[in-house]
Amino acid sequence: MAATHTHGAHHEHADHGHHDQEGLKMFGFWLFLITDVIMFATLFATYVVLRNNTAGGPTGEELFNIPIVIASTFILLTSSFTSGLAVLSMQQGRLKGLIGWLAVTAVLGAAFIGLELYEFVHMVHEGATLQTSAFLSAFFTLVGAHGLHVTIGLVWMIGLMLQLRRRGITPVTERKVNVLSLYWHFLDAVWIFLFTVVYLMGVM
Amino acid sequence: MDTIKQFASEFFVTGDPLILGAQVSIGLTMVAIVFVLSYFRKWGWLWREWLTTVDHKRIGIMYVICSILMLFRGGVDALLMRTQLALPGMEFLHADHYNQIFTTHGVIMILFMAMPLMFGLFNIVIPLQIGARDVAFPFLNSLSFWLFFWGAMLFNMSFVIGGSPDAGWLAYPPLSGLEGSPGVGQNFYIWGIQISGIGSLMTGINFIVTILKMRAPGMGLMKMPMFTWSTLASCLTIILAFPILTITLFLLFMDRYFGAHFFTLDAGGNPMMYINLIWMWGHPEVYIVILPAFGIFSEIVSTFAKKTLFGYKSMVFALMSISIASFFTWAHHFFTMGSGANVNAFFAVTTMIIAIPTGVKIFNWLFTMYRGRIKFTTPMMWTISFIPCFVVGGMTGVMLSVAPADFQFHNSYFLIAHFHQVLIGGVAFGFFAGLTYWWPKMFGFKLHEGLGKWAFWLWNIGFYVCFMPQYFLGLDGMTRRMYTYDFDMGWGPLNLVSTVGGFLMGIGFLFQVWQIAHSIKFMQKDTTGDPWDGRTLEWSIPSPAPLYNFATVPTVSETDDWWATKQRRAAGVPDAPAPALEPIHMPKHSGIPFVMSFFWFVAGFGFVFDWLHFVIPGLAGVAICMLVRSFQYDTDYYIPVDEVRRTEAALRGGKA
Repeated sequence: MAATHTHGAHHEHADHGHHDQEGLKMFGFWLFLITDVIMFATLFATYVVLRNNTAGGPTGEELFNIPIVIASTFILLTSSFTSGLAVLSMQQGRLKGLIGWLAVTAVLGAAFIGLELYEFVHMVHEGATLQTSAFLSAFFTLVGAHGLHVTIGLVWMIGLMLQLRRRGITPVTERKVNVLSLYWHFLDAVWIFLFTVVYLMGVM
Repeated sequence: MDTIKQFASEFFVTGDPLILGAQVSIGLTMVAIVFVLSYFRKWGWLWREWLTTVDHKRIGIMYVICSILMLFRGGVDALLMRTQLALPGMEFLHADHYNQIFTTHGVIMILFMAMPLMFGLFNIVIPLQIGARDVAFPFLNSLSFWLFFWGAMLFNMSFVIGGSPDAGWLAYPPLSGLEGSPGVGQNFYIWGIQISGIGSLMTGINFIVTILKMRAPGMGLMKMPMFTWSTLASCLTIILAFPILTITLFLLFMDRYFGAHFFTLDAGGNPMMYINLIWMWGHPEVYIVILPAFGIFSEIVSTFAKKTLFGYKSMVFALMSISIASFFTWAHHFFTMGSGANVNAFFAVTTMIIAIPTGVKIFNWLFTMYRGRIKFTTPMMWTISFIPCFVVGGMTGVMLSVAPADFQFHNSYFLIAHFHQVLIGGVAFGFFAGLTYWWPKMFGFKLHEGLGKWAFWLWNIGFYVCFMPQYFLGLDGMTRRMYTYDFDMGWGPLNLVSTVGGFLMGIGFLFQVWQIAHSIKFMQKDTTGDPWDGRTLEWSIPSPAPLYNFATVPTVSETDDWWATKQRRAAGVPDAPAPALEPIHMPKHSGIPFVMSFFWFVAGFGFVFDWLHFVIPGLAGVAICMLVRSFQYDTDYYIPVDEVRRTEAALRGGKA
């Protein structure tokens, strides 16, 4: 909620009964994130229930390639940091810096997706598919759902960069950048849980 | 030619005279709609005034119309089932067809009748009741409606195209898995509910923001009308429960479409996981639909007893505690599935706890009526009849929550009687009461009271005649989902009585339709805007409300602010001078919600039949619509002061 106040406050207009549209949208997005948290929580719960049901197929310990996962974790954490730098540039009114840092974030996000796809393809080649066991169904669905979120974020980021080039920093684009960066940090937080629950606990 | 014939025979459901009749009538209705719209040149009007509208009042009306149509379809399902069960050994429906009908009856009544009727009332009432000009996100609101609409269309289509789902309204695997249900029916279930469920989730978000952020100045949380409180409680429950449904259906889809093993019996799948997940949504869902009904009863009781609601704070507390407790009861739906004594005991106790706040509310309504000057209007009669009905339903619910006793009642007609008693007696009666109560606000005229009372008595008597025998049938050992039974079971007479009751409710529905038709034909315009002598803000403006609702945003000082204003006026205290009019900020109409939801429908249809040439264009269309919307910046406009002044003058007969 803190963000609602800080960002809502400085472009609140004093006209009576006309609500601060950007502030409302920011609050609405927080609520959307709550629903997304519950969706991921449901997927996590399913994964935890099913993670030992390997049905004679490969286990996580045999499949997970920890160095790659650590690399993608660093990439995603860095992209969260660069998306923060983008917001910082925006607050200083530097449009070029904003678009530049968003581009860096997008490249890092794409690299993360690339590594994830590599991991998935590799596993499928070893015969560990969605159809192999309940554990792998839950694994691909949970990790894939996060990857899908990141991909949607990438499309969104590209669209927003185009809008920023056309319109510059306005209250509307400012709110859009804030929402996107919130979403990006959220994906980062989900990944930390994923890294812990799926990969670390999987190889322990 | 032969390939077309073969395709058609697989695509359309054939070979049953009942379904053939439905196909013919659907075809004729569609031809009639197209003809009427073309003949009267109404296509442009339909598009501009309704399909693209973002006005919450019109969206509300569309929700109400759809839910009445769905009540008809769900009701016909119910009567078909009751006819099949009327006598032992009846041969009216086949077993398969019976399975499809009880499945669609449940899904339609909860998700496509109760939910949209509730959202319709939210849309019509909430902004007016809190002194707002619109909901927080009007575009999203329209999108929610159209997602519901196209999701419902997809689900209903299964009746004539491909075959309906037949694994029960919650579709337990492995029965709903690919091996148990190989046809497309279960796919219709997944996508029909999934698409409309996204809409419900967004409605929940929309109304929470509306209520928390858009109240008129002075309306603190503890001055909100009770219907607004109940909506808030319901929407909070929606945003916590519906994501679970989305994921659960998605996982079932993964099993059926991609051969995953979440809920299968082989390769490590766990069907119990589905049952836990679906009830983690399903139990809160029944509170999602009943909490707004509680709000409606509160408004109606205080209006027609001419008294302030008794125990306002305890009412708020009860609403909130019910919405929280509803998340801790889900396992009572499967006490008999071997969870163990401790788990069963925990969920038995949490279930019983809900009876406490519910009891608080019942007493509050009774104390509000006590020494009130009660006016027996139709909304008030629905409210009064709800109380004994809900008390009985609640008590049988407590009986079911006693885990050891539940081993006797489980999946029997006792259970059927219980949940119909709370869902018809609570939710349906509540929404009928609310619809009658707010009808003049929607359309500017009241519904005919006499016909409304006929409908009321037929529904009520029919209800008891239908469901009381089912308690005894359940205790006699009749289980649910049975499509026929032998003469020597001795269940014949009670079933016959029950069927008669079902048809009485059906006649009650016909009276409601007659009531609406009669009231439209002989309408008496309500010029006051306040036909019931109401208490809350929505009655302070003309009916139907103008596009912008309030010409000047009201300032609130008391709980029933409009009532207080009227009291002050009666005592001769002049109103505070109205602030000067200002241009009003409004959202522009948009066709994107309709088009985008239609693309969802196309994609859903493709998923049902595994046709990628539908799925890919459908999903691409959805994505393009989202991008187009994202690039739109010019989405609102201002209504100039002159126009506001003209509208107000016309509405108030030149008095403004």
